Amino acid sequence: MTTTATSEVISLRDITKAFPGVIANDHVSLDIVSGQVHCLLGENGAGKSTLISILAGMQQPDSGTVAFDGKVVDITSPKVAVDYGIGVVHQHSTLVPAFTVLENLMLGESSMLQNTKRAEQRLGELADLLGVEIDPHALASDLGLGQQQQVEIAKAMWKGSRLLVLDEPTSMLTPQAIEHLGESIARVKAQGLAVVLITHKLREAYAMGDCVTILRGGRNVGHIGVEQLAAYSEAEAQDAILAAMFGDDLAAVGDEASDLAGAAEATREVRAIDFDDRPVRLELRDVSSRGLGRDIEADGVTLTVHEGEILGIAGIDGHGQGALSEVVAGQRPVASGTVFFDGEDITKSGVRSRQQLGVRYVTDDRLHEGTVGSMSVALNLVIKRIGQRPFWKSGRIQPKAVDTEADRLIQEYGIRTPSPETRAGTLSGGNIQKILLARELTNGAKLVVVNKPTYGLDLKTVHLVREILIDFAARGGSVLLLSTDLDELIELSHRIEVISRGSLVGGVVNDGVGTAEKVGHYMTGAIEGTD
Amino acid sequence: MSDMLSAAFITVFITTVIAQAMPLMLASVGETIGEQAGVLNLGIEGVMLVGAYAGFVVTLSTGNFWIGMLAGVVGGVVANLAMLVLNVWLGLNQIVIGLAITLIGEGITSVLYLQNYTKSPASLGQAPKLAIPGLGDIPVVGPAIFQQSGIFWVALLIALVLAFALARTNWGLSTRSAGQKPSSLDAAGGSVMRTRSIAVLLGGGLAGLGGAYLSLITTATFSPLLTNGLGFIAIVITMLSRGRIIIVMITSLIYGLAVAIGPALQVIGFTIPADLIKMLPFLIVIVMLILFARSSVVPPALGSAYTRGAR
Amino acid sequence: MNETSTAQRFAQGFVRSVVPVLLALIVSGLIMLAIGSSPLEFFAGVWKYGITGTNWQRSLSLMAPLLIVAIGLIVAFRGQLWNLGYNGQYLLGAVTASGLGPILFDVLPAFLATIVIFVVAVLVGAVWSLIPAILKARYGTNEIITSLVMSFIAVGVVNLLIKGIFKDPAVSTPQTPVIGDDYLLPFIPGTEIHIGFVVAIALAIVAQYVLSRTSFGLRVDIFGASPKAARHVGLNSTWMVILLFALSSGLIALAGSVDILGQFAYQRADWDPRYGDAVMPLVFLARFRPVAAIPFVAFYAVLATGGTLASQQAGLNVDFLLVIVGLILLFMTITEYLGNRRQLGQSYLPAGLRRTVLQPFRKESERTSA
Repeated sequence: MTTTATSEVISLRDITKAFPGVIANDHVSLDIVSGQVHCLLGENGAGKSTLISILAGMQQPDSGTVAFDGKVVDITSPKVAVDYGIGVVHQHSTLVPAFTVLENLMLGESSMLQNTKRAEQRLGELADLLGVEIDPHALASDLGLGQQQQVEIAKAMWKGSRLLVLDEPTSMLTPQAIEHLGESIARVKAQGLAVVLITHKLREAYAMGDCVTILRGGRNVGHIGVEQLAAYSEAEAQDAILAAMFGDDLAAVGDEASDLAGAAEATREVRAIDFDDRPVRLELRDVSSRGLGRDIEADGVTLTVHEGEILGIAGIDGHGQGALSEVVAGQRPVASGTVFFDGEDITKSGVRSRQQLGVRYVTDDRLHEGTVGSMSVALNLVIKRIGQRPFWKSGRIQPKAVDTEADRLIQEYGIRTPSPETRAGTLSGGNIQKILLARELTNGAKLVVVNKPTYGLDLKTVHLVREILIDFAARGGSVLLLSTDLDELIELSHRIEVISRGSLVGGVVNDGVGTAEKVGHYMTGAIEGTD
Repeated sequence: MSDMLSAAFITVFITTVIAQAMPLMLASVGETIGEQAGVLNLGIEGVMLVGAYAGFVVTLSTGNFWIGMLAGVVGGVVANLAMLVLNVWLGLNQIVIGLAITLIGEGITSVLYLQNYTKSPASLGQAPKLAIPGLGDIPVVGPAIFQQSGIFWVALLIALVLAFALARTNWGLSTRSAGQKPSSLDAAGGSVMRTRSIAVLLGGGLAGLGGAYLSLITTATFSPLLTNGLGFIAIVITMLSRGRIIIVMITSLIYGLAVAIGPALQVIGFTIPADLIKMLPFLIVIVMLILFARSSVVPPALGSAYTRGAR
Repeated sequence: MNETSTAQRFAQGFVRSVVPVLLALIVSGLIMLAIGSSPLEFFAGVWKYGITGTNWQRSLSLMAPLLIVAIGLIVAFRGQLWNLGYNGQYLLGAVTASGLGPILFDVLPAFLATIVIFVVAVLVGAVWSLIPAILKARYGTNEIITSLVMSFIAVGVVNLLIKGIFKDPAVSTPQTPVIGDDYLLPFIPGTEIHIGFVVAIALAIVAQYVLSRTSFGLRVDIFGASPKAARHVGLNSTWMVILLFALSSGLIALAGSVDILGQFAYQRADWDPRYGDAVMPLVFLARFRPVAAIPFVAFYAVLATGGTLASQQAGLNVDFLLVIVGLILLFMTITEYLGNRRQLGQSYLPAGLRRTVLQPFRKESERTSA
């Protein structure tokens, strides 16, 4: 083809980066070609983010080189990356919430005085290119997530870039917004820019990418080139990618592999239950919450969860999921409405009495809320039973009883820790999540609220966590599952409610095809006007 | 006759208000810039003392108030170097370092002063006045405001320029982002370390200048622990002003009023215990904190050191 | 293996605690040289007036208030509450004793009056801390600022009291009436150390036990580690802030009343020993462990007792102690930093600074290779 002659190649060669205890990138080599979308696929912890940090100048590789058309460059800082025309849209927003869109875009300019006019003009150009409309004087915090992302893309391309890197751009978007993003990417590609798209969902890689590179355990374990990918049928591409993603684990994970990798549309995996047979375990009647911070509060929420049921709550991150979980767990005061548990009014009772009734909560903030990182694994496992027998007797801690319980839970949940005395903060995210699950699901749990239970975990642990939840429900436990991952909700839930700005805006019984569309419909319907 | 007296009285009153407000204003502007960049400097009390002492010594030996002021700035910058190196560069605890600076500043200035000047306590006399033609002749207000020392006008100008710069320039944008979300500044190609370094040095220089203003003009002498908590008041004013320097200036003026009102009442015939007068600004501050507690918003990244990639 | 690591940890903790003190003493010696005083004379004076003869007994008497202040600070700091209002809280406790003492000892048996004074002092301290505590708990207002401002107000209030209703009419200087020797805290038999010292040591042991072995101690630690985790576990954070602040402030006020009834017998206006400023670095060095604070407090008590006279002899003044304390704080953070770096097996220089330092070399090598 003629295009390859004029197109530029950014080549990464033998990039190696080690952190204490892990090798994040192990001799990774790949070529990024302008005018193409290069998908980087791999599970959490595969080394995608480290590779991107190196491209963005946030990290320096221990060894290996980055070269533009054969000329080796040294990206020593984000500034150097920006100067080379590498624009990165990070997974976590880099917008300053208190700044306007324009201020965010101008941030990092070196001249003393601001040239607002020129900046507005540039924003206009970029908005045209991306096919979006952005109000330059809106506060970043007032924008919807989709719009924030558009601003981030504009920011990444602000100084005229040659490479646009998008790190998990779809993880917080509605299906409709993902479609819109796809269009924007196509326009950027048409301009001749190279695009790197990072994802852990196989079907997105297939749909959006011109070529795919798969990372596992910090290594490049497979590459499907442009011609090859075009030649494959969807099923062939899927098999090739799955084989690379899971390697030897493919047999162990078995049929789950394609679900875990988000290869196809998700389907329900829990056994159907008959709601009429099952007594109501949790009921919220018109509940609104009242907190101190600036989080979105639960607003007039009415819902029921039956015995043995998993009720999914879908929604874009930050739409009141935290408040809803905390209201059920007893961590956040109820402003109005009533909370019933097994028919009993528990609106006024606090965390500890709900805990004893069997209401449990696995928070999404595993590191700072769910565990105390500076304390031992053993203490973290009994931390919610402070002062209770047999771990405390008349206020004094009983180390033997604590150790026995800790050993039991570590065994049962397969928590990998050097010893029960190890500081919880030193364990991996997956093992910390196991600590939370072990602690919350033991000792008479009847209802567990789980908020984003698999966020940021590796595929094997994701699989394990989902199994634990399905198992818990099968034994008669009730689960209130809040997640931003639509596939996860569809696989696990009996019913799905959609939350938006703290209110429930619609519910779907998850019994067949089309659930995703229905949920997506409620999500966009509810947020029209912001996006 | 009585009109004359009250006119002179008001002139003195306004002069006192300004003299009390200026050191605080300068220090608070410096603290504001530091806090906007994410550095809470509890060492400001010590930095002011170092500035005050340096200004005092240099003015005494050179006889030039302008050189004295410059010495105050240099003293403040030097005193804040500890914050720069230990917190901004090495990421150590701001609170502990700040308190250490305050303690060392208090101790060293007190030791040096008592070692060198106790035998012959020195006063500096008056700084040269700069009467503004025309305006200076206005009755009452003229002598109070338009016959101030030139240093007053320079200080005012510095505050106004910084107010503009913080709100409207790229430097201000970088500085504010370093306190709001340093990772954003970093990702945008700016340097958090450099931005915070400049802010800390500027804050030190301004606090030193404030201290020098206090010793050279407000009190015209130095004494151990001269600032007597003024640095901490500057921190409170900074918190209440939420990064807006114009409000810092207004609040400082209110403080000046609170301090000046005691002696003024005494002239009229009300006797107020000196301790109550000393307490008054703190009482006002605590009442303000109680009333406006909700609105005292500090930059989200205030107090936390920035390391790239740390979550 | 476990044993050696415990021993190693102990040794490491010891080094990290002692090294900053040594460095601070060395640097303060250099400063003394720089301003023309003799460090040798100073430190010899500290030894002479702080330890020799019966001077060690004066040092131990000073330990009583210092140690109680230390425990008060530890209680707050463990919960990550920066109670910096200690100077005012201490003076409020002191004025409770010096003001109420002369009145109460006239009407009550000495023992009972002493107990009443201690209880009132603790209550006064606790109530005084309510404003910072409630502002913190309700609105998240920074407690550093509020407690400091309240401290300045307390200093004013105390002075007003001493010059007003508590003033001894018999003398012209503003001070409270002197409490008779018979009413003061008794000495430990055979010494001139008042039993406040015993009380302080006992309090340290009790505090150590409560903080490290009971469910309350664990709650404080959880709260200190992460208020979010505390809420998650079901702790009432509002109540926790108020309780810890009240305990901390109450203990510091108790120290003031112990100091008056054990040592001074009266209080002058404008008197402010600022014990808290000196004690704060010590509680950091003791890693917020009350019993571990005892040796550090003892060290400082000697330094302060001997230093008052020694500094005059060496041509300094007492405020030089502030410099030493400030230096201890600085070197403490630096030692901590270096220790952490080494433990992680990393360079002493942070990445950013290392890059800046290494930049010229790297550019050089690149040029030669290219």
